[in-house]
Amino acid sequence: MTQLALIVLIPFIGALLPSWALTAGRLWSAWVTGGVVVSALALLVAPAWAVMQGETLLWQLDWLPALGLSLGFRLDGLALLFALMILVIGLLVILYARWYLAERDPMGRFYAYLLLFMGSMLGLVMSENLIQLLMFWELTSISSFLLISYWRQREDARRGARMALAITGGGGLALLGGILLLGEIVGSYDLSTVLAAREIIHAHPLYLPALVLILLGIFTKSAQFPFHFWLPHAMAAPTPVSAYLHSATMVKAGVFLLARLFPALSGSEAWTWLVAPTGMATLLIGAYTALFKHDLKGLLAYSTISHLGLITLLFGIGSPLAAVAGLFHIMNHATFKASLFMAAGIIDHEAGTRDMRRLAGLWRFMPQTGLLAMIAAAAMAGVPLLNGFLSKEMFFEKTVYMATFEESTWLLPVLATIAGALAVAYSLRFIHDVFFNGTPTDLPRTPHEPVRWMRVPVEILVVICIAVGIFPSLTFGPLLAVAAGATLQAPLPAYSLKVWHGFTPALGMSMLALSGGALIYAIRRPLFRWHERTLGQLDARWLYEVWERALLQGSRVLDHLIHRRSLQDMLAVLIIAAAAMLLLGFWGMPLTGSATLTPLDPVSAAAAFCLAVGALGTVVLHRQRWTALVMLSVVGLIIALAFVKFSAPDLALTQLAVEMVTIILLLLALHFLPAETPRESSLARKLRDLLLALLGGGLTTVLTWAVLTRPYDSISDWLLRNSVPGGGGSNVVNVILVDFRGFDTLGEITVLAIAAIGIYMMLRDLRLEAPRADAQGRPWSSDAHPLILATFSRLLLPLALMVAVFILLRGHHLPGGGFIAGLIIAVALVMQYLANGVLWTQTRLSGELHPLIGLGLLLATATGLGSWYFGAPFLTSAHGHWSVPILGEIELASAMLFDIGVMLVVIGITLVILIRLGRIGLMQRRAPISNSDPKP
Amino acid sequence: MSAVTAHGVIAPILVPLLTGTLLVLLRGSATPLRRTLSMLGVQLLLGVSLWLLLQVADGEILVYRLGNWAAPHGIVLVADRLAAGMVLLTSVLALFAMMHAIQGSDRRGRQFHVLFQFLLMGLNGAFLTGDLFNLFVFFEILLIASYGLLLHGGGAARSRAGLHYVVINLVGSSLFLFAVGTLYGVLGTLNMADLSQRVAALGPEDIGLVRAAALLLFLVFALKAALAPLHLWLPGAYSAAGPAAVALFAIMTKVGAYSILRVYSLIFGADAGPLAGLVDPWMLVLGLITLVVGTLGALASQRLALLVSHLVVVSAGSILTAFGLGGEAALSAGLYYTFQSTLVVAALFMLTENVARTRGAFGDELRAGPMLPAANLLGGLFLVLALAVAGLPPLSGFIGKVLILKASVGAPAAMPWIMAIVLITGLLTLIALARAGSTLFFKTETHARTASLPNVAKLVPVAALAGISLLFVVFASPIHGYAQAAAAQLVDPGGYLEAVLGAGATDNDADADTDTEPAKMAEVAGPRRTTVHSPPDQIMPAH
Repeated sequence: MTQLALIVLIPFIGALLPSWALTAGRLWSAWVTGGVVVSALALLVAPAWAVMQGETLLWQLDWLPALGLSLGFRLDGLALLFALMILVIGLLVILYARWYLAERDPMGRFYAYLLLFMGSMLGLVMSENLIQLLMFWELTSISSFLLISYWRQREDARRGARMALAITGGGGLALLGGILLLGEIVGSYDLSTVLAAREIIHAHPLYLPALVLILLGIFTKSAQFPFHFWLPHAMAAPTPVSAYLHSATMVKAGVFLLARLFPALSGSEAWTWLVAPTGMATLLIGAYTALFKHDLKGLLAYSTISHLGLITLLFGIGSPLAAVAGLFHIMNHATFKASLFMAAGIIDHEAGTRDMRRLAGLWRFMPQTGLLAMIAAAAMAGVPLLNGFLSKEMFFEKTVYMATFEESTWLLPVLATIAGALAVAYSLRFIHDVFFNGTPTDLPRTPHEPVRWMRVPVEILVVICIAVGIFPSLTFGPLLAVAAGATLQAPLPAYSLKVWHGFTPALGMSMLALSGGALIYAIRRPLFRWHERTLGQLDARWLYEVWERALLQGSRVLDHLIHRRSLQDMLAVLIIAAAAMLLLGFWGMPLTGSATLTPLDPVSAAAAFCLAVGALGTVVLHRQRWTALVMLSVVGLIIALAFVKFSAPDLALTQLAVEMVTIILLLLALHFLPAETPRESSLARKLRDLLLALLGGGLTTVLTWAVLTRPYDSISDWLLRNSVPGGGGSNVVNVILVDFRGFDTLGEITVLAIAAIGIYMMLRDLRLEAPRADAQGRPWSSDAHPLILATFSRLLLPLALMVAVFILLRGHHLPGGGFIAGLIIAVALVMQYLANGVLWTQTRLSGELHPLIGLGLLLATATGLGSWYFGAPFLTSAHGHWSVPILGEIELASAMLFDIGVMLVVIGITLVILIRLGRIGLMQRRAPISNSDPKP
Repeated sequence: MSAVTAHGVIAPILVPLLTGTLLVLLRGSATPLRRTLSMLGVQLLLGVSLWLLLQVADGEILVYRLGNWAAPHGIVLVADRLAAGMVLLTSVLALFAMMHAIQGSDRRGRQFHVLFQFLLMGLNGAFLTGDLFNLFVFFEILLIASYGLLLHGGGAARSRAGLHYVVINLVGSSLFLFAVGTLYGVLGTLNMADLSQRVAALGPEDIGLVRAAALLLFLVFALKAALAPLHLWLPGAYSAAGPAAVALFAIMTKVGAYSILRVYSLIFGADAGPLAGLVDPWMLVLGLITLVVGTLGALASQRLALLVSHLVVVSAGSILTAFGLGGEAALSAGLYYTFQSTLVVAALFMLTENVARTRGAFGDELRAGPMLPAANLLGGLFLVLALAVAGLPPLSGFIGKVLILKASVGAPAAMPWIMAIVLITGLLTLIALARAGSTLFFKTETHARTASLPNVAKLVPVAALAGISLLFVVFASPIHGYAQAAAAQLVDPGGYLEAVLGAGATDNDADADTDTEPAKMAEVAGPRRTTVHSPPDQIMPAH
């Protein structure tokens, strides 16, 4: 039955057409849209025939089995009933909208949205898989958002659309939760399985949560109290949308699901107590509020809410007969309410207003529309010989039946009669206030009959109302029977669709409602005054707005508290979190390990003391930036000494060189900053920071202690043993750097390269004012390049370069290597810049230096790639002995090339930063000259 | 054996490294030549990533021994399904971000392409490495390159956000070193597979210390992943960055999530004795808190870029909630969610810039602005992406969210919380996005100047990513199937351990090299290389 999938798919594909057809004219756009619907209807004919014979058609395709999601469509009586409603009323709405929409309204967009909605709705009612059903469910919410906000420039349309989306979309999410629970209970999301699993579902502890969540979805969608308020606001949509979505189809999705899951979920106390009272409350509140609405569409909206409440109540009662009555009322309500909305649209269109306080006596101007509206309103009121009467009679009958059955109370029939009377009253008002009741005054337009074609859809629907009202079993009868069969999934109860059942209590209630309604309408003026003083002040929208505002403002306050944080606060959070992690980790576990402690020698103690003083001094003196920097360098130097003590000359050398270069660069950078940091922190802040520092430092000490007191046993033994045989070098640090873990080194020089590029990028466009005097007001020395320094540094350069080459070459066996060599060369070149100035140096070392970084990276990477040629993995090194004249026997490893790459990158980054920083000062110093000597 | 098949595992790292290096050597900022080179690099990367994914899709785990040193002494790259999936995700994202960048935003500053390529290198390296210290190195590459990209385009807001970003993350890096140092000090190794075995054999006296280090490491990864309350750096930084850069940043939080998943499934996984499942409850609780906090931020945002940045936090929360649940179903749900949400959020970032450009002085501020001449196009794209990111059908976010929820149903204790928070935050996200969308595309300020037309070429990558989101729904089964298979490898890391450490892995390509080629190497290089590999049991010192 691929046809089923096609029926759903056609409107989605068709949604692309209306805008395209619009180029040929507005009528064409409507024709094409109608054509899409007709083709879907045509496809439905054959399956419909089969369903009418009692078959249930299924079509399924695996989609995401892990989730239990399959693409599946199902056409049984219930789905057919809804599909027909959706397509037929949809067709009429399309015809109607062609004449309703104004010239300036973009028609293509309207029809596209409408078809999207139609497809979603068809998918919803024909879904076999519950998750797929939910997907279409949310799609109807989304497409209705688009339709309600169709007149997007209007504030009320945007608000109404957002409200509808929030409520129905949110309900959809609750429904999702419910469906997931239901699927967990049953083990499948397929309707066929779920509908047959009534016992399992009811016995499961998750039944109640699942039921509540599913009902939340249903009640929001079908505008049940207390979620009903979105529906009147959705009336900001163009009237064809209201006629289609908010009377015939979308709001029926909720009650559709109520019917769909009826066999699986109903029949428990929880069901009755949740569904029936909600329906009853909605029925009464809707009917009551409808009476007092001055807006035609507002009246119809509340009337719709009331009728949806009635249907919900019927399903809540839970007996098979009540369900049949509910289905019947769904059909009847769709026909008369759609026609009423269309009539209201015509009135609005031709008279220019929907306000019943301004409309009156329209009978004289539009008698045909008036007649149609009158019949439809009579159906709504439940006047005999019209379809509304029949289903309302069935409803009254059920309430009486319930009352006798429960023997507890006559409340149900009484409330039902009151609701019926209210319905009669607002129907009367709809007719009397608009078409009679004097003559119209001050209308924006002179009313007249609409275009013929605009009335045709209304005529068709009204004819159906009358036909069903008189010959129920010949018209809706067969469809109702298959729909009821599909809903109940059981043999049908005995019911009769007849106009006359004899003198029954239900007939009495009908008569009572009719006369009561007339009475209420007669005394409407005092009632209105009373209502406006009391209940009229209440508005559920107000609740929503309070909630929305509270949500937004609450989120802003919280957001401000959480997210508008200073860097210091963020760091505090980070440090506290780190401390918490360490404490949690250590908790209840021994800290000190089993290793024996080495005795403390006085030199180490002194060094440690200096280290602490240096660190403390940096903190205490941090406002004097220069001094703090000097204190900081103490820390670096002591660390270099520590490396020496622990026999790591490589690291000591590196540390020393790094220390020098960074301090020089930092000094250059500090040149552009004020010498002192302003006082900014309050005492409380300082105390907090002190505590954080103690916490962080203390825990780091504990961590270090814990690690150092444990016996150390690691892969480094293997590295030491294999350095010579495997890596071809006796300096294991270097072998680790360029061979064992050469990939890390490649990564780190990439970091350096990126940093250099970043700094280059940042400083290139920087313009800074360098101070001409220091903090004490002494001007900087005018002798920027003292002769002695300049001369010595020039002499030093070749020596330094030679040392660097030496360090590089011996690196693989003895302390040294590319990193240190690079730093030494960098320091030597930095000296040239400092001693001789940027200009002097640049004439000798021209060009941008960042390609040097690229070259270094390229060399290192290429060395790594070279091993591919020998069929070995990246960075595999090779080494060997060669006899070289003069130098004698030397050993070279391919890692040497890699090391040269490292060296180039190190030189590159140092010089790039230096030159950039130097240039900032240079530009600034040049500036006055160029000012005094402007170029012509 | 061609170079690609033998060295395919390292190719996703080398391709951007070489491209980036060549770009450093070329002069100028975003010349056509540099753009072409950069784009070619990204396309090549996509090719090799796809190839890698196809190699490992059948369950094979490829190990690449750098410098031909076997684990645990050398560094190894390991490509399993998860790593290959993340690498491919990075490449796909890179392609679309690059398409967007070469429409002009790469000219707003210097060296965009260099930084972009190095960022890709850092991402792929982090996903592929099997060594904890090497992971740190790639984190550094990521951090520095992203810092450079964040500053791209300049301006006070970016400098400020950049400073916050880099300072916080440098502290994070220091903590990473503390943790790695501690683990090395106690366990004596850096290879993750080897760490895993040593943790399994840990003596009771060292449990506290290793637990402290493990929790500290979790903190570092949580900082990267933007898990509350360590997410504070993210909204400011991401909302200040340029479009193509921040589109790529969308995957950076996923590096944190990935690292959590890798380290805590491999090293502190089921076999870790008293340390097994160490961080799972944390992840779950913090993930849920992150969801809430991110949603609050999104609701309160007054700018679209800030809103989307908060959605990155929300997505991180969802992912870690799923990971925190543990088990194959939850992990695969989390992975599916990761794949799709990364792409969707990136597209939203790019779209934000397009909208801001057309609105002129109004930028991305959420207030009534000029009438947009292309409101239907821009608004339509926004709608699709908003649905995807809020987890509404028919887009990928919906499937991702349902998968996570379904996984939670299997954990009865946490289920009500997860369900309530995930569903309610979903609704609130929807409300925030509906407000933003209707303000930006519907509400107009009558006296404002008409906005300019959007650059349609810039919308192509956005539309393509939206299309991919739809494809994630259509092909949900194969994609989720892949995620599920990847999760299976994580839940049972035996295959990983064997591939990295064991002798049973000789049948794969990379290993075949090590058995046959070193001898040849030795001949070429000289006679002294004798010891190549010792069997692992001899290498490891006795405990």
